[in-house]
This record gives sequence, C-alpha cells and structure tokens, in this order.
Amino acid sequence: MELNGAQVLLECLKREGVEVVFGYPGGAVIDIYDRIPESGLTHILVRHEQGAIHAADGYARASGKVGCCLVTSGPGATNTVTGIATAYMDSIPVVIVTGQVPTPLIGNDAFQEVDIVGITRPCTKHNYLVKDVKDLALTIRRAFYLARSGRPGPVLVDVPKDVQQAKVKFRYPDDSEIRMRSYNPTVKPNVKQLRRLAELILKARRPLIYAGGGVISSGSSAELTWLSQTLSIPVTATLMGLGCFPADDPLWLGMLGMHGTYVANKAVQNADLVLAVGARFDDRVTGKVSTFAPKAKLVHIDVDPTSIQKNVQVHLPMVADCFSALTDLKEEMHKHLGTVDFAADHADWVAQVGAWREEHPLRYVSEPGVIKPQFVIETIRKLTKGEAVICTEVGQNQMWTAQFYGFTTPRSFLSSGGLGTMGYGFPAAIGAQMAFPDRLVIDIAGDGSIQMNIQELATAVCHNLPVKIVILNNGYLGMVRQWQELFYEKNYCSTCMAAQPDFVKLAEAYGAAGFRVEKPEEVEATLKKAFALKKTVIVDVRIPAEENVYPMVPAGKSLTDMLLV
Amino acid sequence: MDSRRHILSVTVENEPGVLSRVAGLFSGRGFNIESLNVAPTLEEGVSLMTITTVGDEAIIEQIVKQLRKLVVVIKVVDLTEVKSVEREMVFIKVHAEDGKRAEVLRIVDVFRCKVVDVGLDELTVEATGTKDKLTALITLLQRFGIKEIARTGTMAMKRSMQDLPA
Ligand SMILES: Cc1ncc(C[n+]2csc(CCOP(=O)(O)OP(=O)(O)O)c2C)c(N)n1
Repeated sequence: MELNGAQVLLECLKREGVEVVFGYPGGAVIDIYDRIPESGLTHILVRHEQGAIHAADGYARASGKVGCCLVTSGPGATNTVTGIATAYMDSIPVVIVTGQVPTPLIGNDAFQEVDIVGITRPCTKHNYLVKDVKDLALTIRRAFYLARSGRPGPVLVDVPKDVQQAKVKFRYPDDSEIRMRSYNPTVKPNVKQLRRLAELILKARRPLIYAGGGVISSGSSAELTWLSQTLSIPVTATLMGLGCFPADDPLWLGMLGMHGTYVANKAVQNADLVLAVGARFDDRVTGKVSTFAPKAKLVHIDVDPTSIQKNVQVHLPMVADCFSALTDLKEEMHKHLGTVDFAADHADWVAQVGAWREEHPLRYVSEPGVIKPQFVIETIRKLTKGEAVICTEVGQNQMWTAQFYGFTTPRSFLSSGGLGTMGYGFPAAIGAQMAFPDRLVIDIAGDGSIQMNIQELATAVCHNLPVKIVILNNGYLGMVRQWQELFYEKNYCSTCMAAQPDFVKLAEAYGAAGFRVEKPEEVEATLKKAFALKKTVIVDVRIPAEENVYPMVPAGKSLTDMLLV
Repeated sequence: MDSRRHILSVTVENEPGVLSRVAGLFSGRGFNIESLNVAPTLEEGVSLMTITTVGDEAIIEQIVKQLRKLVVVIKVVDLTEVKSVEREMVFIKVHAEDGKRAEVLRIVDVFRCKVVDVGLDELTVEATGTKDKLTALITLLQRFGIKEIARTGTMAMKRSMQDLPA
C-alpha cells in the first residue's frame, strides 16, 4: 500500500494505541492535518501549544497510556518545551510530533525553522529527526517503545514537511525491529540483592517505606500496599507518589519532605530501615541531605541506575522495575510469614509513629467568616469521596491539596512535581478528562498559576469537557510570598497580583460557568452545584491573603527542623 | 573523596547528534571533559569515543551511568579500572634559529620523536607518548619558543593480558 508520510505517521499512531492527539496546526504540519479527518483519531485543538503538551501529559498520567501531541515547526515546537521538560522531570510517557521545514531548507534559517531536536536534547528521553520517509514508521514505533519502557519519558519526533509528503510503500515494522542494542532497560531484580533485602526487613525494628512516582508508573500500588499491610510497615510518599497507598490506612503517614507531615519526617529521621521505592531522594524530600535518615539502612529500588547513589549513598541499591522488584519481594517474604510475627516485631514502632501523628497532626486554625484553603480541600475530598481526578497548579494550592485531600488510588493526583510548572494543572485536567469522560476532573489552582494557561478555557468549552477549576484565590503568588514572609522580611516584591480579572465573568465570557465563594458556609453548596454541572466551571474561592503552608522545613535544613502551625 | 583522571572508552551509534548528546550530558551536569577523541570503528555505523575526565568515584560512577543511559551509547568501559595502554600525539612548531637548531634536534632525538616539517627558522615535531611524556617534551621546548601546538586527546585500549603481575 502506497501512503504519504503524513498517512504513515497517523497509521502508526493508531497502531500504537493512540486515540487522542492534542495539537495545534501550522504550515509545517498541514499535510498531517490534511489526513487527520480520515484517520479515525480524535484531535483536540488547544489554544496554545503548551496546553497541548500538558494535556497529553495529563492524559498519560491519568490513563497510564502514552500521551500524544502534534505541533508545527518553529514557535509551535518551542512552545512545547516547558511541557516537555515537565514530563521529563516526572518521567511521563509522551510522544511529541513536531513539523519541520523541508529537509533541503534545514540549516538555512528558513521561515519557522528551529533546531528543536537540539533544543530538547537535554529534556527528552530521546529524540529524532526523520530525514527519509522510509525511516518514519520505525522511528515512530521506537519513539513509543522508548517513551513507555524502562524509566518512561517524553520522546520527540521531528518530521520535515517533505518527509510528510513523500510517498512510500507502507510496511509496519515488527517487534524485533524495534529493539536497539544500545537500549536495554533493566527490569528484573538481582536475586542475591533481593535476599539481602529480605534479611534487612527481617532484622528491622523500625522500618519505613518511602514511595515515589515509580510505584505509580510501574503499576505496583497493590504490591506495595500488600507489603506494608502484611509486614506492618508504615508508608510515606513523595508528591509524585501520592495515591500509591491508601491515605485512609492506619499505616499511612502522609507526604514527607519540605511540606511533609510531622509524623512522616519524624519517622524518616528515626527509622532503622528506609525502603525507597521508585523515588529519587530529591532535595525537596531529603532536606539537608547529610542528615537524612541518619539511623537507617537505606535500600533503593529504581529502574534508572543513574538515580541510585546520585544524591544519597545507599546500603543496598537495586536496579529494577518497581513492579518486578515488589512482586519478587512479596514472594520472598511469603516464606517468612509463618515463622515471623511482623506485627509484633513492629508494634512498638507503629505505636511510636501513631503517637507522633497525634502529637502534631496536619492542622489549620479556623477563623469565623474566613474560608481556609485547607477546609476547601477537605470539602472537595468529602464531596468527591476521593474518587475524582485531582490536578493542581504549583505553589500553596498544590501543597494544600497534597496534604489535605487524602489520595487513595493511583493516577488520581496529577501535579508537576519535578519541574514545578505553573500552568500545568488546567491543561492536564483537559487531558485527564479526555481519558475519562465520565469522571469528575478538578484542577485546584492558585490565582497566579491559572492565568498561565487560562486560554484553554476555550478548548474545554469547545469540546464540552466538564473540567472544574477551583481557584484558591489569595491575590498573591502565595508560595513565593510565604518565602518572602518567612525568609525575606516580608519584602513582598512582585508577588501581589493587584490587577486580577473577574474570574466569574471570565468564565462566562468563554462560555463556561463561574461562581464566587466568599463565606465558609457557602463553600460546600457552591462546590456541589459546580460539580453537578455538565459544564466547564470556575469556582473562585476567596481565601485569606496570607495563609501559609505548614509544616515547613526551610530549604537546606534537616527534616527535624520543621516549622509547625 | 579523591579526584582522579579517568579514561572512558565509549562505543556509540554513529548517527547525527551523538557528539552533542555526549558533550551536552557533561556540560549540563557540570562534569568536566579534559579531552575527547572520536573515530569510526571496524564495525559499520559504530564509533568509538575516548573521553578523559576528572572526578571522584561518585562523579565518575554518575558519568558512566549517565552515558549508559543515552540511547545512542552501546558500551562504556572505564579504562582506569583495567590495565590499559594509553597514548597521545602532538605536533609542535618550535622556533629553531641556526644557533638553536642543534639543541632542538637533540631533544627531538632523546624523546624519539620525528621532525615532519622544516622552515627557515622553525621545525615541526611530531611526538607520541603518554600525557606525561608529552608534557615533559613541551616544557623542554618551551624555552626555544613554541609557535603553535596541535594535540590529540588521549587514546587508550585495554591490554590483552590483564592478570600479569603489575
Ligand atoms: C512557570 C513558573 N514560573 C514561576 C514559578 C515560581 N513559583 C512557584 S510557586 C509560585 C506562586 C504561585 O502562585 P499561585 O498560582 O497564585 O498559587 P498559590 O501559591 O498562591 O497557591 C511561583 C511564582 C513557577 N513555579 N513556575
């Protein structure tokens, strides 16, 4: 069958399981767009390419499938860079297809030419420039293979316009052709190390699981939960790991790190064994790294060898996909269940942890007539029964959500952790809503962040996507203001958002619904009304200007140096 | 931890952008490249990069792992961990006026290097050796005045006999 490059591309996307493409057209991809209507793919036209890449990312995080994004050359491509870096930092599988100027013009500073492969080299897992239509199908297959295997990540494929137009006899490459001698994602854990790990667990009296995003991306929440519950080991998680363990379980300690709970940070600092699974000892998690988990033997399971021994020297490194590692560990531990009473072995520790939880639970001070942001999150939690897909922007809104929502299922919390990209949440919510048309999808936003991709209201309205945006409106770039308050003598330079749009009218102007909430007693009723509407909705919730996120470990301090409410 | 010089032998797919991927990895992560050599191998489509870099054990471990993580990298060997032979080559264009020429030639002789080009009052010397030997030669020739220098990075290969006593 003779096809042109554009058709080959779309055919390959379909065979990779792509159903939705988020994109924006332009001269260098017009040939691809020409073939979209007949392709059977759904295309979501965004209003800015950053929206497309975040939506593809949100789709991937919510569904576990590879997200896909299509943009034109030059400015279209560069507009995706923030989103690519966002996906890269959080190991999210996305394939980005960019148009490029025709091959004979490459390097000539042609109209809308940029070296996007060069620009994105440090923020993609890999990228390709396809110079011959004969290589296109294999390149697309490899792009998806790379994006989803090993440590997942974004892969960019740059396709010049003449390659899209060139004809080729289409042949779909088979699996054997995809493999590359230079790419062997290690998967299975080493048997000896596994035995050593089992021994460490048997010896431990104060064990702790520190879970990260790898547990979610590898689909091993069930295994992790089994391990914790059967062996009576408390669990804390990073921002990226939230949802990998049910927050209503007594062994759940909450998030650790800079805005982690008192009990989680205390547990880290006193544990005698810390089992890091699919986490990477980020500075926001460890605090002053030389004082992290000082009494513990550290075990680190990660699929990416470069994550291991990078920030922290661990006693037992284990390069393996979390799912295989936890599955094999489960089998190994099964041998001891009859002879060892783990619950008894860890009883003192679990009791100690419980005492810390009671000593300083997550809390906030209620004031009459004032809507506390934490209360808003608790109300959202109550109304959604924890079943919604919750996206966040970046800043205080993100931390309050992480602390107070109590996530119980994986892939229900979508947030830019590694890069901390303001403007991520709303387009990601659009992506998640495309993946799950019938689920409630909510973006919890700050008044600053939401304005970074507010234009996507048009996308949501146009496609009848009933995404809910709840703005925790403090009139400030709140998290930066908090730092200014605590560490810069309240020099609130450039963090007050003095001029603000009327978010209700703005929503209405786009054809969405808008509500404003100014009294605590209105919060629940208004949210209920908003969530019931089959429309895109903005709820503008007026919260105090200077509410802070606590606990807080100031940057560079030890996890024991927590500022509490 | 001690900082040491390491020679990494990196086998890569010979495709556009490989050098930039490798160089970008070093610059992006604040690692140091002391020298870098690239040339094709006998196998079609495969090139060998020899990279010398300096760092303590943890840094070198990161560099090796990061290199292995690049999709275009087939194999990484740290030649500092095994017995290896290592050489560099240099061209030195040195002042050699009539009165000095004999002395320059004597040094060339002692170092067993070759004169590959001669001008009215200058010589071009070709030398091969370890980094230390070449540095010594350059130091000696410096007092005659070196006009130009072109130096390859280190090339290295694992020795066949690894088990012989040191
Ligand atoms: C794109 C981008 N620019 C700047 C920052 C730095 N930053 C981190 S949090 C924050 C404030 C966010 O303000 P807002 O969205 O109103 O949320 P709040 O903290 O008030 O909840 C800023 C500016 C960032 N994370 N991302």
